[in-house]
Amino acid sequence: MTELSHIRNFSIVAHIDHGKSTLADRLIQVTGTVAARDMKAQLLDTMDIERERGITIKANTVRLEYRAQDGELYILNLIDTPGHVDFGYEVSRSMRAVEGSLLVVDASQGVEAQTLANVYQALDAGHEIVPVLNKIDLPAAEPDRIRQQIEDVIGLDASDAVMISAKSGLGVPDVLEAIVTRLPAPSGDRNAPLKAMLVDSWYDTYLGVVVMVRVIDGVLKKGDRVRMMQTGALYGVEKLAVLKPAMVDIAELGPGEIGVLTASIKQVRDTRVGDTITHERKPCTTPLAGFKPAQQVVFCGLFPVDSAEFEPLRDAIERLALNDASFSYEMETSAALGFGFRCGFLGLLHLEVIRDRLEREYDIDLITTAPSVVYHLHMKDGEMRELHNPADMTDLTYVDHIEEPRIKATILVPDEYLGDVLKLCQDRRGVQLDLSYAGSRAMVVYDLPLNEVVFDFYDRLKSVTKGYASFDYAMIGYQEDFLVKMQILVNDEPVDALSMMVHRDRADMRGRAMCEKLKDLIPRHMFKIPIQAAIGGRVIARETIAAMRKDVTAKCYGGDVTRKKKLLEKQKAGKKKMRQFGKVEIPQQAFINALKMDN
Amino acid sequence: MTKAALPDWQNGGFGLYIHWPFCAAKCPYCDFNSHVVATIDQPAWQAAYLSEIDRIGAETQGRVLQSVFFGGGTPSLMQPDLIAAVIERIRATWPMVNDPEITLEANPTSVEAGRFRGFQQAGVTRISMGLQALNDTDLRKLGRMHSAAEGRAAFDIARATFERVSFDLIYARQDQSLKDWRAELSHALTMAVDHLSLYQLTIEDGTAFGARHAAGGLKGLPDDDLSADLYALTQDLTGAAGMPAYEISNHARAGAQSRHNLVYWRAGDYAGIGPGAHGRLTLDGQRWATETPRAPFEWLKQVSISGDGEIARQLVPQAEQAAEYLMMSLRLSEGLDLARYHALSGVALDPRACARLAEMGMVTQSAERLMATQNGRMVLNSVVRDLLPDPT
Ligand SMILES: Nc1nc2c(ncn2[C@@H]2O[C@H](COP(=O)(O)OP(=O)(O)OP(=O)(O)O)[C@@H](O)[C@H]2O)c(=O)[nH]1
Ligand SMILES: C[S@@+](CC[C@H](N)C(=O)[O-])C[C@H]1O[C@@H](n2cnc3c(N)ncnc32)[C@H](O)[C@@H]1O
Ligand code: SF4
Ligand SMILES: [Mg+2]
Repeated sequence: MTELSHIRNFSIVAHIDHGKSTLADRLIQVTGTVAARDMKAQLLDTMDIERERGITIKANTVRLEYRAQDGELYILNLIDTPGHVDFGYEVSRSMRAVEGSLLVVDASQGVEAQTLANVYQALDAGHEIVPVLNKIDLPAAEPDRIRQQIEDVIGLDASDAVMISAKSGLGVPDVLEAIVTRLPAPSGDRNAPLKAMLVDSWYDTYLGVVVMVRVIDGVLKKGDRVRMMQTGALYGVEKLAVLKPAMVDIAELGPGEIGVLTASIKQVRDTRVGDTITHERKPCTTPLAGFKPAQQVVFCGLFPVDSAEFEPLRDAIERLALNDASFSYEMETSAALGFGFRCGFLGLLHLEVIRDRLEREYDIDLITTAPSVVYHLHMKDGEMRELHNPADMTDLTYVDHIEEPRIKATILVPDEYLGDVLKLCQDRRGVQLDLSYAGSRAMVVYDLPLNEVVFDFYDRLKSVTKGYASFDYAMIGYQEDFLVKMQILVNDEPVDALSMMVHRDRADMRGRAMCEKLKDLIPRHMFKIPIQAAIGGRVIARETIAAMRKDVTAKCYGGDVTRKKKLLEKQKAGKKKMRQFGKVEIPQQAFINALKMDN
Repeated sequence: MTKAALPDWQNGGFGLYIHWPFCAAKCPYCDFNSHVVATIDQPAWQAAYLSEIDRIGAETQGRVLQSVFFGGGTPSLMQPDLIAAVIERIRATWPMVNDPEITLEANPTSVEAGRFRGFQQAGVTRISMGLQALNDTDLRKLGRMHSAAEGRAAFDIARATFERVSFDLIYARQDQSLKDWRAELSHALTMAVDHLSLYQLTIEDGTAFGARHAAGGLKGLPDDDLSADLYALTQDLTGAAGMPAYEISNHARAGAQSRHNLVYWRAGDYAGIGPGAHGRLTLDGQRWATETPRAPFEWLKQVSISGDGEIARQLVPQAEQAAEYLMMSLRLSEGLDLARYHALSGVALDPRACARLAEMGMVTQSAERLMATQNGRMVLNSVVRDLLPDPT
């Protein structure tokens, strides 16, 4: 048990890639938490996908012991958070478990959209914030200018920002001192009834469900009988440990401490992050406020390429869901694609990550249908229905009006690209809310329909600004607009997996783009194939794939029989990778590419 | 005796293929098993061929041989004596039809009148000559060693020496327009005796052209539409000249088809002798695919040491025989015998697929046969894929 005055809890927050995980590495290293021979870059990013993409997806906690310059030993609990906007939920709930934040800013890039978003969240959570200017080893680093920028754009005093290179370790001791001297110690009452926050939970192959807790009041011990106040479930604490980052057993956790427990909990879904854990006997009276649940904003269908793989897919999704409560799923049937699942995600990157994991960890080839947002159908009888899937769009005669989700998007961009960004937002049916400058950078705030953002907004933004813009968004609510369902017909057969909701004014353009893309993606057949985009019965775009005219082997004699026959049979088997729509075979890759959001 | 009671191969007959794996130079488009070497010990090769004829002959005793084909490589580089000895041994081994077809592939470069006389005296009855193009620019681009005039001269000698002479052209070349090909093919048709092979240039992996093409070179090759137009033009001109296609790339006057090649397309039996030669032999009611080492000296060594030039034979199950028959027979204008296919495969050809293809104009069907139309032949790989049974 540690004195409250000797505990510091903090999150490391920053825009994507500004060096949070690398700073965490250095803190782990300098405090000797992990032996030098066991160190590797971004040590806390353990998932394959994290290591492959070089990004953090899941927040991670480590307990460090640090002998400060005042000679005292401190317990530091750090939470490394993801930078990408899709995982903002991880950041906000991590912040609720700690009292302070290290705000890392890349000294060569400066304040970006998620820097801002993180600061506002940290202030909301009542955090003390220590600004850290990272990457000062880079020739392009301009710490003085960026310091000024932090003051101008964020309004945060950056005069004593810590200057570091997380890569080389330069300045890292100063970070440790700043943590001890500038961040507040937690408060709490050791003698009060147990009140602990369920911060996170995950599935461990050996231990089952592991729950991360932050003790507010009271003392949690191994063997305690505890109740989850929201779910009402009772458990016996079987294991109590701290993360260094490997689990190290501990007898008890007192106020201000962060650790993990196991308690024979069957599924991650049985736990609610933000729940309050208390003792069965002598419970606390008022639970913690809890967290708003993470919102799935992007939906798409996932179908097995080989329809025989539906059962393995169901199995894989259920198993992954045990481990990860961030996505939702329900069964879906498609005329074109057969049985699959309609899944909800926190954003497009999240969608990609989950799909990748299903394909990779469970070895299933998937077709992903066009991402869609949740529409609100207001029926004439006054009922409101949520529409997750354009294929389920009902007869318009019963619909009074349709609402779509809108977001508040914050974009930071060097002013030379401002015009392009404004044009992009305007094209995407945006309404400007604010425009301000900080030095040579503009901050643009737009009210945008989410459906335009899930289409190809990121990629367009990246390309019109050569990668110099950063983007963050938050949902703001629903608004009525002129939305229609656009269908794609291949050889006169509607392909439901390709249908989408679009704004009427954007439909012609989207329809044309889709038809053109499909024209290149569907191989020629022995007959010509019309491809059409239609709204209701009205065709708004059309392309034709000419009939294949040449596909024959010029020479075939006695010596060629075996080889040529094998080749034909292999090609025929390859057609199993295609989906049959009427007479037309559409390769899986065509779906993937047609639905890709780039242009 | 009903047809179904005959061993299946008899529907196609029995032929012998002899492979000669050497050329004076390697052409950049060619993926045949052909090699350039400094010296060739012709007597050693002769001994090996004779020994292989003896070995296969013992297995196929009593069969009537209808054709022999010396292919390559460049068999016109073989000494006439060697050819004579081989044909003599063949005649001593198998009874032959009255008027056997004995073809030799010849390059225009390796021809002098004297050798041709020698081949003829050795028993060769038919020459297939690789002219490839009739203009010097294209011959150079194809990497050929002869000029158009040399080709023409060699062809004239062959025609003067042999009753049956065919020649090969490669078209759909770089920058070849419909107009160019119309003129060249019209000229070719005035030269043709009774048989022509007209191949569209295929870019094969593992050749010099293949590498250049993969690296983005070899510009000006026709796209699929132009290839199709070139093919259609070829059908028009040859048809009008009385030499319609009897196979995808082969044209003949009535009765002048290559009987040897018909054995392949009709899925008959054939013995393959020489490096890299393949065969199909039905023995004791089972059909075998035979194969030999591709490397010339490996084959030669194996024959001289073990007396057997083959690598392990593979059994060809009936279903695969049916698939082979399907793929080969639809190349022919005469098409496929439905009852024969049914007997081999155990199930009839998928009637729904046939009907679909007929509706698209890719095949025509009678009670007995299924034939690819001209449109169908142009996309025959797709047609065959549709007709092949579903993979299990
Ligand atoms: N030159 C230099 N590069 C650094 C420094 N710190 C981090 N980097 C590099 O910046 C990249 C991103 O670092 P990470 O630590 O993964 O960044 P992050 O903020 O954790 O990224 P997300 O978790 O994806 O938001 C990596 O290539 C690091 O090697 C630094 O001080 N100097
Ligand atoms: C085995 S080759 C040998 C003929 C002989 N050696 C010659 O070159 O004249 C038979 C014929 O196949 C054709 N051929 C070879 N490679 C080809 C290719 N890549 N594309 C089209 N035809 C080809 C040529 O017309 C050639 O004459
Ligand atoms: S085309 Fe004929 S001459 Fe040229 S390499 Fe091939 S076999 Fe030899
Ligand atoms: Mg990270």
